[in-house]
Amino acid sequence: MSADAAAAGEAFREHLVLFVRTLRHAGLGLGPGDIRGALEAAAATGLRNRDDLRRALAASLVRSPRDMSLFRQAFGLFFERPRALRRLADAAAEPAASGTGGAAEDGVVRLARALAAAGHGRERPRETRRRQRDRRGGASALEVLRRKDFEQMSAEERSEARAMLREAALPLATLRTRRFSTHARGPRPDLRATLRRGVRQGGEFMQLERRRPRLRPPPLVLLADISGSMSRYTRMFLHFAHALTARGERVHTFLFGTRLSAVTRRLRDRDPDRALALVADDIRDWDGGTRIADSLHEFNRDWGRRVLGQGAVVLLLTDGLERDPDARLGREMERLGKSCRRLVWLNPLLRYDEFRPRARGMRLMLPHADDLVPAHNVDSLEGLAARLGDSLQARRQTSTR
Amino acid sequence: MPASVDDTVALLAEGRYVAGRDLATAVYLALSLPRPLLLEGEAGTGKTEVAKVLADRLGRRLLRLQCYDGLDLASAAYEWDYPRQMLAIRLAEARGEGGVVAEDIYSSEYLIKRPLLEALEPAPGGAPVLLIDELDRADEPFEAFLLEILSDNQITIPEFGRVAAPEPPVVVITSNRTREIHDALRRRCLYHWVDYPTAEAEREILARKCPAVTAELGAQIIDFVQGLREADLYKRPGVAETLDWAAALTQLGADRLGAGVVDSTLGALLKYQDDIARVRGEELLRLLGSEAQQASG
Repeated sequence: MSADAAAAGEAFREHLVLFVRTLRHAGLGLGPGDIRGALEAAAATGLRNRDDLRRALAASLVRSPRDMSLFRQAFGLFFERPRALRRLADAAAEPAASGTGGAAEDGVVRLARALAAAGHGRERPRETRRRQRDRRGGASALEVLRRKDFEQMSAEERSEARAMLREAALPLATLRTRRFSTHARGPRPDLRATLRRGVRQGGEFMQLERRRPRLRPPPLVLLADISGSMSRYTRMFLHFAHALTARGERVHTFLFGTRLSAVTRRLRDRDPDRALALVADDIRDWDGGTRIADSLHEFNRDWGRRVLGQGAVVLLLTDGLERDPDARLGREMERLGKSCRRLVWLNPLLRYDEFRPRARGMRLMLPHADDLVPAHNVDSLEGLAARLGDSLQARRQTSTR
Repeated sequence: MPASVDDTVALLAEGRYVAGRDLATAVYLALSLPRPLLLEGEAGTGKTEVAKVLADRLGRRLLRLQCYDGLDLASAAYEWDYPRQMLAIRLAEARGEGGVVAEDIYSSEYLIKRPLLEALEPAPGGAPVLLIDELDRADEPFEAFLLEILSDNQITIPEFGRVAAPEPPVVVITSNRTREIHDALRRRCLYHWVDYPTAEAEREILARKCPAVTAELGAQIIDFVQGLREADLYKRPGVAETLDWAAALTQLGADRLGAGVVDSTLGALLKYQDDIARVRGEELLRLLGSEAQQASG
């Protein structure tokens, strides 16, 4: 087989490697082993029939139907229209082509960026971006951007911040499940494994096998406010939500303005820009008013039991500025807080140092939130993961005031 | 075994279970194809009861597996009897029979059977009814354990081999939908959503289950409960709550509904303080009033 692969020609080999690397940078979860897999698949089918080659590569590289359209586009560029590929590579080398990120980008732009990243040698895209940034203003500029309020960012800065959010590794805190796996220093004996080993050794029980509870991050439920005062923060937050969803975490996302919309399925699209465009199509009350109590009520009644069952952590993103707050708001918030493992309120208003929750709506909601954390810049959202870890271990406090 | 949908309705009716034609069709198909039956619906709509009545009327054994978070193979399907296995090994050594072979230790003698494995055993009266209750309470990994038994009526035990059922058991799975059951499991089952009954059906259920309730009180109860289900409640009362409430009212000697007796027995219908507070007062009078008008009109 490897002889065949060699026979396929060094040029083709390099081309295929670049193809796989480009797909990886475009978001398909591919590793070095997949390069070999793709080479073997190509060698097995031969290069005479382009359609067969496409099918063979798809079979070895595409793991999910949602990646198929991106794969098709990339295949078209790499194996059907080499001239278009060269143009794209030239364009991607120009910094101006990296786009302002204002309008929804299609797969081609995404591929162009991935191509640029893949062509840059072995470094990871994160480092590439950091280097670009350093060229423009040094590390301090990066720090400034991390602390900058989303509301005050220019379009270009926002696109940069989005990329940072997406890359933010989120080591979500893990919870003990009630399932066990074998572990050398686990707290409990694993009799089944002990006996199996004993029988293998002819009835000699020299060693007690052990097991320990498996760890797993809790499911997350994101509830985000899309009213006028919040929409910019929520748009940023959605990138964060999309990155989590794409990583296969158990995440349910809901948006609310004057009514509640479930958008989890939309966010499953691999391409962040297309996913967010789909979400935007669905929602008719962007930038409108806000009815927090009604929306929470709708969530509690129709969704609470379905998505909060497994010890879920709720992230509620809102400024709490309800137009006509009444006791209902407090009641719904209480119901929400009591139905989940932990209720974390993300409030961008916390960016003001002298912020005090004076508005009546906020005072009604506050006693029922387990944590109140800021959410107005990259730093605060990245810090969220660490906070989630701490707060899951800590005992639930009744008040955060 | 029922030979038609009508037969199935009659069979369930014999067990004092009032089934709509939709449910009876699903049950008939589940019995005759045969396929596992997945029943989803709000709590207290009579999902579990279907399995109980089927076992009773078909004269089969009922095996019930109540699901919970952390339910594992050892409590659901089978477990090896480790102490006895150890003893057997030591005994063999004492008798000087040398090393023990795996086949001696991993035989059915040392296998402790739990409901899933038991359900595969042949029984004189026919294969048992296996009720897997509230599957949504188990965690997701548990569903994977069920796939083999649901599609092929068999369990593979690594140390032992394959245990297959000569006659497939009648499998009923229920879920309250506190989380979504995975597609892989759904596609192996027939699915039916058990809804709240219509007023007519609920009247019939009440008459069968609580014959002591007078027709007049029964009609009032049903009107009140049906009205209550349309209110904006966190948890709407199911049929089980209706029956509880009817029993409570009979126990208190009430022969018609009044604001006082309803108010003091709301706890039989509504289980959340928010809901009780919402219904108490004007809403309660409105529900009673509309129904009093119907009674007089």
